[in-house]
Amino acid sequence: MRLKEIAHSRTGDKGNISIISVIAYREEDYEFLKKNITSERLKEYFKDIVHGKITRYEIETICALNFVMEDALGGGVTRSLALDMHGKTLGSALLEMEV
Amino acid sequence: MKTVRIGSGAGYGGDRIEPAIDLMKHGNLDYIIFECLAERTISIAQKRKQEDPALGYNDLFEYRFDKILDALQTNRVKVITNMGAANPKSAAELCGRMATEKGLKNLKIAYVEGDDISRRLEDYMDFQVLETGKTLRDIQGEVLSANGYIGCRGIVEALEHGADIVITGRVADPSLSLGPLMHEFGWSWDDYDKMGKGTWVGHLLECAGQVTGGYFADPGYKDVPDLWNLGFPIIEVDETGNGIVTKLSASGGLVSVETVQEQTLYEIQDPENYFTPDVIADFGHVRIRQQEKDVVKISDATGKAPTGYYKTSVGYHDCYIGEGQISYGGTNALKKAELAKEILEKRFEIIGLRCEEIRFDYIGMNSLYGDDISSQISSHIPTEVRLRVAARVKTLSEAQMVGDEVEALYTNGPSGGGGAVKSIKDIISIASVFIPSEDFEISVGYKEV
Repeated sequence: MRLKEIAHSRTGDKGNISIISVIAYREEDYEFLKKNITSERLKEYFKDIVHGKITRYEIETICALNFVMEDALGGGVTRSLALDMHGKTLGSALLEMEV
Repeated sequence: MKTVRIGSGAGYGGDRIEPAIDLMKHGNLDYIIFECLAERTISIAQKRKQEDPALGYNDLFEYRFDKILDALQTNRVKVITNMGAANPKSAAELCGRMATEKGLKNLKIAYVEGDDISRRLEDYMDFQVLETGKTLRDIQGEVLSANGYIGCRGIVEALEHGADIVITGRVADPSLSLGPLMHEFGWSWDDYDKMGKGTWVGHLLECAGQVTGGYFADPGYKDVPDLWNLGFPIIEVDETGNGIVTKLSASGGLVSVETVQEQTLYEIQDPENYFTPDVIADFGHVRIRQQEKDVVKISDATGKAPTGYYKTSVGYHDCYIGEGQISYGGTNALKKAELAKEILEKRFEIIGLRCEEIRFDYIGMNSLYGDDISSQISSHIPTEVRLRVAARVKTLSEAQMVGDEVEALYTNGPSGGGGAVKSIKDIISIASVFIPSEDFEISVGYKEV
């Protein structure tokens, strides 16, 4: 199964940091997300894009995980050479991950 | 219980105006906020002000206020905006002239100044830059601006003096909404719980349509009705700081638990420590519940004392980015694009292009995620591929060469190259430093018509 079957996501940016939320559609899937969608897993998945630390925050009351990925936007939104300099499309890639 | 209704009229500088005017007319609003100032916009505005001291406010100020003032003729909603950019005073004067021309009366326009700290910048040369870890002194390019993200105090002062329109420069985005809440409910400046709640309200409003179904639709998974007619949000806040998020029922979009969840975490790093000049807000234990269709109840944000420092954006001229793109079609499209890339690499070597970094993409194949993730998602080979090259260089003439070489592929490259485009970007970057809040002298001026 792909992650998008059980979770939705929104991506934002701050300088050279990409921030991706992963939110369970159904409360009963949140434990599965916590167990399987780890910082280590993202570090491996985004290895060609994210060169810094990935920190995960858990927000139990809304069944959400928030990933803060450092050194992820080609030097920062202003000077990045990427077509998508904000990394807005990264969340869509994460939701395609096999889980 | 007393409630205050705040609408959001813009989520970025170039946002649609119609949903804002609809809200002013039909939203039964007390306030409407317009957040129009991106991080770098103020640097460009500052440059304009240096060329002409009467300018430096938002490019669309006149366009927007023409419509806003018309709406104020029939619906007296208080307007709060950061459209003053580098010149809130000039913007307020222009607003006053426009209001007089339209025959509006009894309108008090306030402008908040004090975010611009460029005159004192010398004092902070040894401060550490968040983005680079080095000091401000190490910045190579020309410094264009220095503006602190000030809090809501100036806005509150303006409202206490009866302002109908408040025009600011750089203010933290959520402060545009926290200001009217502090004023209306008389919350004290150390009631961090309420200020945290008000900051959540401001955070949800600051991107306008992003909480009402914009930046959300994913056909078949998350469908959103009538995005062409997306309604902007209204949050009705009660004196405890909790409230409901909603929109006009005649507009498109939707307000659901999911839209509010996503926007709550948008661009937030640690949800329990969201730093603003007013408060450190805590969204770590928030509750979001659907009350009825397009009405979502929000509660349980909180907060703690602010750091005492204002994040300050120093804008500087950094570099140029030259870019070119060209498309190839057919089953051999990728091979042709690869050949074109090879040609460009040789050409850049021959003409001696000096670049700090260069990047090639095959749009339609790997431009967003690179080869590894792209191949995991799908093994499909497209029948059209667009080669893109972008290079970061020091000079304008070198930036020019990048696109010119792509264009030359029309007659010198693989067969059937089409749709070549080229562009040059003059890059202004931001160095962020943290300056003690007491160094900022916030003042409020007025213009009455």
